[in-house]
Amino acid sequence: MRAAVAIALKELRQRLRDRSAIVIAFVVPFGLAAIFSLTLANVDEESEFTATYAVADLDGGPLADAFRSTLAELDFATIRQVGTREAADELTDDGTVSAAFVVPEGFSAAVRSGEAAELEVITDPDASVAGAIARSVAGSFASELNSVNASVTLALRGGGHDQSEAQTIVDRAADVPATAVLREDVTESRLLTSTTFYAIGMAVFFVFFTVEFGARGILEERQAGTLARLLVAPVRPAWVIAGKTLGGFVVGIVSMSALVVATTLLLDADWGDPLGVAVLVFCGVLSAMGLSALVTTLARTPAQASSYASVAAVVLGMLGGTFFPTSQGPALLRALSLLAPQAWLMRGFQDLAGGGSLADIWASLLAVLTFAVVLGGIAALRAGRLVPR
Amino acid sequence: MPPAVTGSSTDRPIVLACHGLRRSFGDRVAVDGVGFSIADGETYGLLGPNGAGKTTTISMVCGLLERDSGEVYVDGRAVDTSTPEARAAIGYVPQDIAIYPDLTARENLRFFAKLYGLRGVDLDARIAEILEIVELSDRADERTDRFSGGMKRRLNIGLGLLNRPRLLVLDEPTVGVDPQSRNAILASVERFRQQGMAVLYTTHYMEEAERLCDRVGIIDVGHLIAEGTRRELVAMVGERDRVALDARGDVQTAAKAAADVDGVERATPREDGIDLVVRDAGATLPEILRVVGAHAHVTGVDISEPNLEAVFLHLTGKALRE
Repeated sequence: MRAAVAIALKELRQRLRDRSAIVIAFVVPFGLAAIFSLTLANVDEESEFTATYAVADLDGGPLADAFRSTLAELDFATIRQVGTREAADELTDDGTVSAAFVVPEGFSAAVRSGEAAELEVITDPDASVAGAIARSVAGSFASELNSVNASVTLALRGGGHDQSEAQTIVDRAADVPATAVLREDVTESRLLTSTTFYAIGMAVFFVFFTVEFGARGILEERQAGTLARLLVAPVRPAWVIAGKTLGGFVVGIVSMSALVVATTLLLDADWGDPLGVAVLVFCGVLSAMGLSALVTTLARTPAQASSYASVAAVVLGMLGGTFFPTSQGPALLRALSLLAPQAWLMRGFQDLAGGGSLADIWASLLAVLTFAVVLGGIAALRAGRLVPR
Repeated sequence: MPPAVTGSSTDRPIVLACHGLRRSFGDRVAVDGVGFSIADGETYGLLGPNGAGKTTTISMVCGLLERDSGEVYVDGRAVDTSTPEARAAIGYVPQDIAIYPDLTARENLRFFAKLYGLRGVDLDARIAEILEIVELSDRADERTDRFSGGMKRRLNIGLGLLNRPRLLVLDEPTVGVDPQSRNAILASVERFRQQGMAVLYTTHYMEEAERLCDRVGIIDVGHLIAEGTRRELVAMVGERDRVALDARGDVQTAAKAAADVDGVERATPREDGIDLVVRDAGATLPEILRVVGAHAHVTGVDISEPNLEAVFLHLTGKALRE
């Protein structure tokens, strides 16, 4: 046992001196989490979406008034009135507004007489979300007018109505609320800010790189000749492997824990129940070690082992939804993601971040531990390949 | 109980006794039936060309490699891959430098010393002692990736001494080493012998074997083909001289012609000449030059007294460095 501890301490000392290991274990995942957090901060539910729109009312009629009223009711939007189409174009071009609406001259009259009329939307390509919303608002208003216009036309065909009565019908119809509205609903337990999601995602993604050195280290020692020196010493090969494994485990735990603390304190990520997080970190590191150990037994050289481990970490990390939630993908992708330990880790951490406790993540814990035991068990059976006798 | 092993020429206790060592890799038999013993304070050289089976043999001796058959005893204890305790008496210096480049010399020593169970004051004292022996005390706290090749070699040897081994195994420790470092390494090995350590030294340099070793085992194609002191081995060749001809031309035909000359016992062609074993170089050389000259242009002649190289040539029909 003392030999295993000595080997693990030596491993840790070497890791601390290896700047690339520190970069992979902490700097890159924290940096990426911070970048994603800052980039996507304005799409978080809790940080409100805002946009500035311009409207050029060249019509001045009642329907133009109705449209401006509709715009005024948009609580996320600031509306600027401009006098000409050119002014609206200019404001959109220079990015002052995200989009501009142009109500052309004669718009109200054309609609009332059943003629074709255009409500123009000018969008800024750099503000795609605000532009899409502007198009949606205008489209919705146009649809409403079309349905109202159809009702009016039918009513007029029925006879008995003069022009002023028709106008009244149009105005009333315009006030009628839409019969169907979009209702946004999300699963409360997985409702995370982008900061928390990417803090979790990056920690899970990179722990599979961080622990990879442990198993690969045996191949490195073999190549460097130090493995022979270790094996001539009065140490059982199992202790050598145990020492290497212990070193990788400690680095994995320290790396993930540091990320949890740093993203909580510096990025305001909310990981949730500390006990659940600690247990899941523990199991997650074990599963990452199992995978990297298995991959290492398939390799002949350290470089080969590193390549295999990287491929496995990237493919399974993407599949496991560490960068993008797989819940939004097709059913096949969601089914395949269950083959990745990262998917279960993400699920467990997201449940905790959404307010769950240790008791709520038992399925994820069980799955992650199963991965650790199965992958690590197969690796242990194949470990003899690493120490040729 | 270790088997009774003969061969050691001293009355001192036997430290290493091995016999019948055999190891194959697939269809290729790397070592077959090798056995020898080394007494306390004795340096035993395992001399053979590259690929002869030296490293495979010492890997079995050190318990690094499983053997198909045979036995190894170090200090009376059976050694194999599953007996780590028995390996505690062995110090191993691998052919390639086996140190951690991102650790200092002291950290390298400390790590391996802990594996050998050294702790506390003993550990610190032994590390200081080793640093003195390998003359690295003033560089002890520098990372070894900043060391010169010679310094790394010295540390490589120092690591093998940490456990005060009863048997020190050095696997071609001077390969790729500059002459100055090589001389320092050889001087170190001589000191180890004087200190009473049993040393197993593998090399394909005849001069090293002649300088260092009390007894030499000549190994070729996995077989120990001869064993003894330098004098005993040279006696196998008799009063024969070795003649090395540098020649250009049809050296194959020239060698065959030279082999028919009276007094020539063996003529072995090489790429740039012919190696001959002759009974009396002075008497036979004119005729050798005449018959060789008919097929090749002789550019140089070197006559040497019998040595281990000649023994190897005599026993195997090929030069040690082939």
